[in-house]
Amino acid sequence: MTTLSLTGVAKSFGRVPVLRDVSLTVPAGTRTAVVGASGSGKSTLLRLIAGFEHADEGEITLGGTTLTAPGRFVAAHRRGIGYVAQDGALFPHLTVEQNVRFGLPRRRRDPAQVREVMELASLDPALAGRYPHQLSGGQQQRVALARALAPGPEVVLLDEPFSALDTGLREQTRQAVVEALEASGVTTLLVTHDHDEALSFGRQIAVIAGGRLVQSGPPSAVFDNPVSAEVAAFLGAAIVLPAWAGSASDGVDCALGRVPVRHDRSNGRPGARLLIRPAQLELRPVDGAHNAVVEDVRSRGSHAEVLLRTAGTSSVLIPLRVPAHEGPAYRAGMPVSVTVAGGGVLYPAD
Amino acid sequence: MAATDSLQTPPRRADAGSGAPPPVTLVVVAVALAVVMLVPLGYVVSVVVDVGWGTLEPLIFRPRVGELLVNTVLLVVLGVPLTVLLGVGGAWLVERTTLPARRFWAVVLVAPLAIPAFVSSYGWASAVPSINGLSGGLLVSVLAYYPLVYLPAMAAIRGLDPALEESARSLGLGSWAVFGRVVLPQLRLAILGGGLIVALHLLAEYGAFAFIRFDTFTTAIVVQYQSTFAGPAAGALGVVLSVLCLTLLVAEAGARGRARYARVGAGAARAAVPQRLGVLTPLVLLALTALGVAAVAIPLASVVRWLGRAGGGAAWSQPELPQALTQTVLLAGGGALTAVLVALPLAWLTARHPGRLSRLLEGTSYVAASLPAIIVALALVTVTLRVLPGLYQTAFTVVLAYVMIFLPRALVPLRSGIAQAPVVLEEMARSLGHPPLVARLRVTLPLLVPSIAAGAALVGLGAANELTATLLLAPTGTRTLATQFWSQASAIDYPAAAPYALLLILLSVPAVALMFAQSRRWGTR
Repeated sequence: MTTLSLTGVAKSFGRVPVLRDVSLTVPAGTRTAVVGASGSGKSTLLRLIAGFEHADEGEITLGGTTLTAPGRFVAAHRRGIGYVAQDGALFPHLTVEQNVRFGLPRRRRDPAQVREVMELASLDPALAGRYPHQLSGGQQQRVALARALAPGPEVVLLDEPFSALDTGLREQTRQAVVEALEASGVTTLLVTHDHDEALSFGRQIAVIAGGRLVQSGPPSAVFDNPVSAEVAAFLGAAIVLPAWAGSASDGVDCALGRVPVRHDRSNGRPGARLLIRPAQLELRPVDGAHNAVVEDVRSRGSHAEVLLRTAGTSSVLIPLRVPAHEGPAYRAGMPVSVTVAGGGVLYPAD
Repeated sequence: MAATDSLQTPPRRADAGSGAPPPVTLVVVAVALAVVMLVPLGYVVSVVVDVGWGTLEPLIFRPRVGELLVNTVLLVVLGVPLTVLLGVGGAWLVERTTLPARRFWAVVLVAPLAIPAFVSSYGWASAVPSINGLSGGLLVSVLAYYPLVYLPAMAAIRGLDPALEESARSLGLGSWAVFGRVVLPQLRLAILGGGLIVALHLLAEYGAFAFIRFDTFTTAIVVQYQSTFAGPAAGALGVVLSVLCLTLLVAEAGARGRARYARVGAGAARAAVPQRLGVLTPLVLLALTALGVAAVAIPLASVVRWLGRAGGGAAWSQPELPQALTQTVLLAGGGALTAVLVALPLAWLTARHPGRLSRLLEGTSYVAASLPAIIVALALVTVTLRVLPGLYQTAFTVVLAYVMIFLPRALVPLRSGIAQAPVVLEEMARSLGHPPLVARLRVTLPLLVPSIAAGAALVGLGAANELTATLLLAPTGTRTLATQFWSQASAIDYPAAAPYALLLILLSVPAVALMFAQSRRWGTR
């Protein structure tokens, strides 16, 4: 188990900068998820670590070994880093077993070891003789993981390995992969655009945007206290309301009334936005004083989505989930009272 | 950090063959190969420069050249549309109608490809001795070459999305209007490509026309060569023939245009509902039977008839037969293997490092291959005699000629195979501890085996049937099936020529079957 470190890593393709000054440490034996939108540079980051691309600047080290630095570049096949591609990238001319033992030196091609790795990846040994085209998408991804784990790499890189799978299979495969990684204890870095996947993957999450690593830390800390309203929005379930009076210590006024400030990221700049999470909101129909009106109600099967418009001059639309059985209690035009439990995160206006 | 920053256009991946500079060694090898491939074109230019316009002008502007020009141009102008009519019509009937026994007719329509044009001509000349002139030339060449349009047309029709035709029908178009306004425009690339190949074959063909005494530039050049040995008259005719070929190449590239013909929608295309032939069925079957008889049965029947006349065993006991078979296999096999080896760096460069340089280098191979075999042969005769006399009339020069003439046959499937072998698989192999070369050998090479086999088979087929370059370049005493057949048949010893003809056909069958299978597969991708 080895720590992976990146310091000041930068990469451009032609004149287009893709990564700028990225620094990140993945502690030994832990799992880190890098999350970002398409084109944010997250896959390039993985390719630089794998040794498929050369970094323009910065340093990548694995334990005590420098893999990439000015004047130094360790080739991909000498890095001891496993890689699982988006679609698995299994060798189509080889069987499952041949794929899994592809990276093993001849002297270590013990069938028992191959079986062991397959079991680790929750693969039925009966699949050993099949070719990749005879497998489901989830099975292919688990074979790809088994293949990457078989040589005993110090680090495994996962490049959006679940994005091509349909919803049910994705969760099932993700669980199997996480269990296999947990059992192997290998240091792992996953890149994904799915915030739910990133938040649930491991000990650390890193948010990348526009080629910069904008925030990293434990998933709960990053979700609870995002560095910007944009990061908050990207991580999902964010309600950002204009805040116009008050202070971080006394709470601020917004369309839902006065709300305490849990974290102040406004740096004292004038004008402000307040982040609250839908889970903090409590909704009830009222006859008299209200601070919002129901705009629309849509059934989503397992739950209902109630769209609220806040009262006052600067009204804001807020989508809110309620249990499916509570959905019929609301109808368009109904006045409601919305209360906020706990505090919000305060940001500057821009 | 503004959230919109992350929405910038993602850069192109360097590994996907778009931006990474090609290795210097690869470029040097590809440039060197391209220079060699340009030797025939250089020969044509050097004829003009060496001989001088003053000498060439009276040799070009004379009644004999005018007569050859009329013959050759008429052959192309009349022959190409006829092959397009038969090729596209046949493909349409087989792929999109309720024609009975469609699979059988699909094989019958491609079968003439297994019969070399000069063998087909021999069959017709011996069956109908009076056949000659333009009409004879058209009959023999159209029957021999229409499969070159049929195969790409069949692949294109199989790849058409029937939803387009259904949409056109829903907009009020009848069957003929749908064919003319929707289907035919989508077959444009197949028709132009197939038509160009037919036209180049018509310009390059020697044996088939010599049999029926129809003079074209190529037959005249061979006659001139035999009488004056690469003299200025042969050179002058070669210049005109080369100009005709290059004009066709440029015209086809221009006519191709920039329109998109690929299917746009997502998901898999449905299978087409065949058009009902109804009362036309007997007429169509009669026409296809007549075509099959003319293109396949008559040449085959002639071969069998002459074999019978020779007394069976006597025909097969010719002492030269085993030698001709062995030398054909060796020379054609050598040509196929060398062509694949030469095509590999060019195909790698164009598939993995596309750009102006790779397009230019690839283009040189097409230019060289568009010149008739007789020009390639004259160029190599001239170069070997003047510069490398040790290589004159050696197996090396014959193989080199085969590579120059048939390189695109290896290049196209290889390029396609390399383009379809994902780079990410090599990256996976590297991440699993294999150096780049080992990764390519263990992962990419096995994936290229079908493409290599297809390229080698196509070159081998062409080389085994090649006549003119082999006649001019082969070492004294060399006997191939084609040259032996030609030697016997031109001496009007048809019975002695028959075993060679049959062996040529049998050797061609596997390669034609492979082409047929690939065309059907490409069409459904």
